[in-house]
Amino acid sequence: MRRTLLTILLVLLLGSVARAERLIVSVSNHRVTVTPNYSGEELVLFGSVEKDATTPADRAAYDLVVTVMGPRADMVTRRKERTFGIWINTDYRQFLQVPSYLALFANRPFEAITSPEIARRQQVGLNNVLLTQRVSGDFADVVPNDAFRSAFIRLRTQRGLYREDPGAVTFLTPTLFRTGIPLPAEVPIGTYEVEIKLFANGAFIGKTETAFEIVKVGFEQFVATTARQNGLIYGLVTAVMALMTGWMASIVFSKD
Amino acid sequence: MQLYLPIADLPVNVFLVLAMGAAVGFVSGMFGIGGGFLMTPLLIFIGITPAVAVASVASHIAASSFSGALAYWRRRAIDPALASVLLCGGVTGTALGVWTFTQLRALGQLDLMIALSYVVLLTTVGGLMFSEGLRALMRTRRGAVPPRRTHNWIHGLPLKMRFKRSKIYLSVIPVVVVGILIGFIGAIMGIGGGFILVPIMIYLLRVPTSTVIGTSMVLTLVTMLFATMLHAVTNHLVDAVLALILMVGGVTGAQFGARAGQKIRGEQLRLLLGLLILSVGVRFAIELVIQPSDLFTIRELGVSG
Repeated sequence: MRRTLLTILLVLLLGSVARAERLIVSVSNHRVTVTPNYSGEELVLFGSVEKDATTPADRAAYDLVVTVMGPRADMVTRRKERTFGIWINTDYRQFLQVPSYLALFANRPFEAITSPEIARRQQVGLNNVLLTQRVSGDFADVVPNDAFRSAFIRLRTQRGLYREDPGAVTFLTPTLFRTGIPLPAEVPIGTYEVEIKLFANGAFIGKTETAFEIVKVGFEQFVATTARQNGLIYGLVTAVMALMTGWMASIVFSKD
Repeated sequence: MQLYLPIADLPVNVFLVLAMGAAVGFVSGMFGIGGGFLMTPLLIFIGITPAVAVASVASHIAASSFSGALAYWRRRAIDPALASVLLCGGVTGTALGVWTFTQLRALGQLDLMIALSYVVLLTTVGGLMFSEGLRALMRTRRGAVPPRRTHNWIHGLPLKMRFKRSKIYLSVIPVVVVGILIGFIGAIMGIGGGFILVPIMIYLLRVPTSTVIGTSMVLTLVTMLFATMLHAVTNHLVDAVLALILMVGGVTGAQFGARAGQKIRGEQLRLLLGLLILSVGVRFAIELVIQPSDLFTIRELGVSG
């Protein structure tokens, strides 16, 4: 009885400590539009750590980990093997509802910020982010050095869709920070969640969330939705367009 | 100038794609073929997924074969009866091809199938054309008369029909089969199939050269229009913006290519075309045999939410 009471007290105390700092953040643009000449963009996330009366006095240096997650999707990673002298896809692994864009930023190396145990629990670093796979009917994440998992992260990183940068977050003053969020040209369309986690002396002390969305507008949006929802009309229009172009060409060039 | 492609979901340089369309159009005008077998690999090379490339090239070929077909129609170089029998097979073949395309995509073997069919078809057709061109070239050098055309087993088949404009009397069975075959491989590989159809019609069906190209263009036009429709309805992979840029470049390039083609002799033209087809086939073969730089590939199964 006494022990439980003590535990509750401790939890309450810790809880109040966790709320001792408040994170206030904002992104430079909550709605990124993909226009015909879109070729990548960089957003800026800025914010500050607000202390209040309950903040311990020794709390001087903070560490931040920013996680940006794009719309989730199912993906398949396939491995080629040499069969009968040619390279063909043989084995595959399905990744379920994984972020199509994933970026992790911090102000210093992830290992220096917190212990491996907390890093795993708070999904700090690409190696610790949960990527659920379907492994023979089961759903689980696997060890970070799994061949399919590391290949998946490597390929997404090559395309600029997954990234981690432990030097991207900069503190302008001890409490004021900013980080850039680079978006590649072939950015997935949808809602992006941003999670900002605050650490001090290796301990996780709180987090806050924000979001932004990437949308196609105007013509791009129109074409993409028409292709998806009205396939027949879209096909007809494309076919007519092909005939018109061919006909125009034969008129323009038949004179000479 | 960068332009964002709405279906391929990536930005491309408009002038690069226009130039590619024009270059392929030049080749297609020169040889009287659709040029899909060059266009699709080029699009894959600049980063467009094979599936989107195959689906979008279909409409591009439709445009260039329509302008070609119109020119041949004015010269009365199209056999309407032969074209409609070919089309019966072509439409069936295309439907089968698009269905197979969807199945293979689900299995994850589409890229392999596209590459394999390229290797087999292009090396065979290219090799045959090249050796035939060489022989023809040597014959003319020696001044020998080309061997007289003889009838083969195909002309013994039943269900014969008279094709007036081509002045041939032929069974409809081989014509429909050829149509199915061309429609099928066209839908899977993103090619019009003209470079296969023309030799088949000349050497197997004995269609006179006066009507062969025009008639094959009609088949290409209709199968490719049909393929565009089917790809748009089933797989939603046709990128109209990409297709339009390719068409504009393609039809323009084709006009200059046709003019250049008239300056080269027939045998040399066939030799060159054979060499071109063969080299594309060999390139695909090398890619299959050597170890890829990356053994892993990722495919997104569609974003939700």
